[in-house]
Parts: sequence; C-alpha cells; structure tokens
Amino acid sequence: MRNCREITELVSKGLDTPLGIGERLSIKLHVMMCSRCRNFLSQTQFIRKAARQYADQMFDSVKKSD
Amino acid sequence: MLLKSAADRTPTLNEAVLAEQRPVLFRYALIKLRNAEWADDAVQETLLAAWQSATAFQGKAGLRTWLIGILKHKIADHWRRMEREVVTDVLDMGEIDMLENEDDDFFLGNGHWNGGPNTWQDPEAALKQQEFWAIYETCQNNLPAKMAQVFMLRELVGLEAEEVCRETGISDANYWVTMHRARLRLRECLEIRWFNSSQFNKESHHA
Repeated sequence: MRNCREITELVSKGLDTPLGIGERLSIKLHVMMCSRCRNFLSQTQFIRKAARQYADQMFDSVKKSD
Repeated sequence: MLLKSAADRTPTLNEAVLAEQRPVLFRYALIKLRNAEWADDAVQETLLAAWQSATAFQGKAGLRTWLIGILKHKIADHWRRMEREVVTDVLDMGEIDMLENEDDDFFLGNGHWNGGPNTWQDPEAALKQQEFWAIYETCQNNLPAKMAQVFMLRELVGLEAEEVCRETGISDANYWVTMHRARLRLRECLEIRWFNSSQFNKESHHA
C-alpha cells in the first residue's frame, strides 16, 4: 500500500503525464479512504486552473494595453 | 491517398504556424523579463528572426524548442541593451538539490500527512475575487526562485513536462520532485492565507 506522500507524488505526476492503470487505481482506492489526499487531489486541480487563469489575465492585460 | 498525405507532411513555416506559438513564447518571455512591453518586443523580434531564417528550421516537432532557443537570445540581447548587472540565468539551473531534506515538514516519517489539506469552501468563488489573485501571486512568488521557474514554465507558459526539463536542464526525477514540492507549497500557502482566513473573516463578520 502506498502512503500519503507516495499517493500525492502520483497525483502530482498525473497532472504532467498519463499514469498507468495500476497507478490510477491506487490513487482511487486511497482517496476513498483518505480525506486529506482527496483534498490534495482536488486542490492541485484547482491550482492548475488558477495558474492558467492567472496567465490568461497577464496575457489579456497586455493585449488591452496594445 | 494516405501515403501521399504522409509525404506532404514536410515542415513548412508559414505565418499561421508561427502565430500559433505566439502565446507560449509571450508567456515564456513574460516570466523571464517580468515586463509585458519588453516581452512583446522580444517575441516580435523572435518571430521576425524565425521568419527570416526559416530555411534553418529542421522540422515541426521541434518548432517550439527552436523558437524558444531564438527567444532566449533575444532576451539576452535585451538585458545587454539594458546594461543590467550580470543577470544570472535562473533557467540554466542544473539539478535542483535541497529538495529531499526540505520535504520532511509536509509528511511524517511514515509518509502520513503532517497536518495536511483541509477542505476548502467554494474554491470556484475565489477565482472571481480580486483579493484572491493578490494572494495567489504572493504564494507563487514565495516559491524558491528555481522551483517557481519550473512551475511557471509548466503551468503558466504551458510547456509539456519534457520541454520544461529540456529548457531548465533538470532530470525527469528532479522535475517530479520539484513539481510535487511546488504544489504542496502553493496549496499550503493558499490554504493559510486565503481559505482558512476567509472562513475566519466570514465568522468575524457574523459576530
């Protein structure tokens, strides 16, 4: 069984590259039982969304000033 | 038909193909120069140079890498023109060490959370609030410089993981550790500065 540190490493990796079936399954099983890792999973997805929106805002602010 | 279309897939550089890369190049320049006008100039110079030396370009697979290579020179030119003090290129970083030891405060020895993520109330709503973006920026700026560069190349510029490794010269293994670490830090910072404290604010408003 993977511990929380290992699960979050996988979750993070999964945001940057496709994971194998086994890896995805162990995340799924782990977050069913672990609310902290479940929070980590959704919060890292949120951070990705926020980061892209932040970049878009930077980009837009320049276009407008053109 | 199939064979013909495969043969036709020889790389051609046209304006549309170059324009497609513009946003990524701009973001790259922006995180390096931290000034929108300068970034815009550098990107325009890059696209112009690319257009003029289109014959030097070897193939579509490496287009972005090739353009970023040119852009790096334009950025260096910019600093030279500005006669800045030696600006060390934070992107030529080699391996990022210091990470393994530093990791320890997020997890206990057995790999369980030390503290760890609380549930956030309505994160989507935060995206609509001006104050949230100030906090986000602070948290992002609080990342160690090299870690911030890796994170921004991936999440703000939008490069693929392998492109980030190529640009920064870090190994795969180092990349995974760095991104894991960056996400742990950002998450914790947002939780402390925004999600926990905004809940606190709500309560104090009720009082």
